[in-house]
Amino acid sequence: MSSEAAVPQLPTEIEGGDRTVFARLSLVVLAIGLLATAVFSLASGATDSSAFAVAWALVSDDHSAIDAVERIVISDIRMPRTLLGIMIGASLAVSGAIMQGLFRNPLADPGIVGVSAGAGLGAVTTIVLGGTALAPIVAIFGIYQIPFAAFLGGLASTFILYRVSTRNGRTSVATMLLTGIALGAMAGAFTGLLVFWADDQQLRDLTFWGLGSVAGATWIKVAAVAPIILPVIFLAPMMARGLNAMTLGEATAQHLGINVQVFKRVAIVAVAAATGASVAVSGGIGFVGIVVPHLLRLFIGPDHKYLLPACALLGAIMLLLADAIARQIVAPAELPIGIVTATIGAPFFLWILLRKRGLLDM
Amino acid sequence: MLEANNISVNLGGKEILSDISMAAAEGQLTAIIGPNGSGKTTLIRALTGEIPFNGDAHLNGFDLSTTTSLKLASMRGVLPQSASLSFPFTVFEVVRLGLTLGVQANIDVPTRISEALTKVGLAGFGKRYYQELSGGEQQRVQLARVLAQVWEPTFQKKPRCLFLDEPISSLDIKHQIQIMNIARDYAKSGGGVVAILHDLNLTAHYADHVVLINKGRVHAYGAPKMVLTAENLELVYGCPMSVGQVPAGMNFFVLPEISHAAPI
Repeated sequence: MSSEAAVPQLPTEIEGGDRTVFARLSLVVLAIGLLATAVFSLASGATDSSAFAVAWALVSDDHSAIDAVERIVISDIRMPRTLLGIMIGASLAVSGAIMQGLFRNPLADPGIVGVSAGAGLGAVTTIVLGGTALAPIVAIFGIYQIPFAAFLGGLASTFILYRVSTRNGRTSVATMLLTGIALGAMAGAFTGLLVFWADDQQLRDLTFWGLGSVAGATWIKVAAVAPIILPVIFLAPMMARGLNAMTLGEATAQHLGINVQVFKRVAIVAVAAATGASVAVSGGIGFVGIVVPHLLRLFIGPDHKYLLPACALLGAIMLLLADAIARQIVAPAELPIGIVTATIGAPFFLWILLRKRGLLDM
Repeated sequence: MLEANNISVNLGGKEILSDISMAAAEGQLTAIIGPNGSGKTTLIRALTGEIPFNGDAHLNGFDLSTTTSLKLASMRGVLPQSASLSFPFTVFEVVRLGLTLGVQANIDVPTRISEALTKVGLAGFGKRYYQELSGGEQQRVQLARVLAQVWEPTFQKKPRCLFLDEPISSLDIKHQIQIMNIARDYAKSGGGVVAILHDLNLTAHYADHVVLINKGRVHAYGAPKMVLTAENLELVYGCPMSVGQVPAGMNFFVLPEISHAAPI
């Protein structure tokens, strides 16, 4: 007889609960899904050709499958639009997932820490003051004026966010969230002031930009944001270990061997860059950054090694689908895509809130 | 293994720890005890390199304030008082987080995870969702995660250290003993254990070395019999104590004298 509880030593069998295989399989399925959605997106619009014909024309040299006008429409209008949609969707979902991992909160989003609001203020400033006070500066940047201003706004708000919430090289997540709320309110107030000053034409531009759209896609816009968004998306999986560790809290992440302070800086800059670039070309497209990561966590689990690439794929699919709906529902006119994502995303957000109310008490 | 000299910690302009010197050796279980708010957790946070401090502390000769997180992670594991997770991790995935940095080369990950879960008495829990477990089960999953990180008590011929912040506070008596046995075995196999404990009798039974902290200072330091005296404990805890010998003569016990306790 033993006087003490024995310490069992030998495992009888390998534990379950490893979702790696399922996650990998999901990545393959999502990649195929994105390919199919992209072809569907290229084929849909005011002119009519079947998805099959478009796909055939793309993969073969047989250009007779679609006519010449259709080819021009596809190569000059729909192709950049589809590519922009893929990049924006992936960027929104990946930025959302990174922010949520960093804040250990499934409700966190670049919109919440004021990065989107800052980027938006930059864009609105250019739209309203571009013709008057800022005309000489804006003239230098030409068609890049809005993207550049939004990017600067995003970076500026990230910089202020970091300065305010970091002390002795340590960032408190709680302070950062509160700072983000204050920054968002401040950017919102300045944006409101600018809107108050705007004339009728500027108001139309502002409204359309503010609702979010990939309708104005051009190869120039694609070229302008690709060098910012693509590196973030493809390098994001390198942050997976850090994000996984951070889900246990900053202290435990450090105990597990992560250089937490450096890691946080890298993650914040990556999110600022990707969000600034997306807001610049497509305005505020809400809820993709919340809905996509949350859905994927339910199915493949929160391991960022698979979550981040899966977010890029599903984010792109969702945005292309939302864009297709925006194009079809009132054809030949188009709805701003932000209306579509908010219509689907906002109730979903409420549903998460309802299920996870406890998280708000943390 | 672990040496700390003249450690002081100021948080928000208030001195939480002043001039603490202590050591923890391999092969031993070092218990840190003291009343609530005496600075035990702050001391562990300083000794694990989590918060900045004045003074010097070394783990296996590495200066805690200049050594990288990665290097420290290969030498010590830390069990926090509590750990909440906001995402739907399975138990398997939580334990795998202990292997995040891959400092444990050449191991079979699923086997290591199974061994760690078996050790804390949670074999078969891999598939369960962490958030659905009870507090005590979550605590043991976290211990399995820490054990997975520093499984072998020695690494490159140097002892590893387990830091445990109240490892048994939310456990029933059977699991308290089970976890204390794991800690003792880790020490007996060549590693070191530094644990914050509240149970004075389990401290008397398991600790090789006791650090009694009061108001941010070391009140007494040494073998359990030297530290856990009625005089020391009454002074620090402000509660009359009796220390007695169990009949078999193997160990001693500590009892508060409830009937004479001063009114609060």
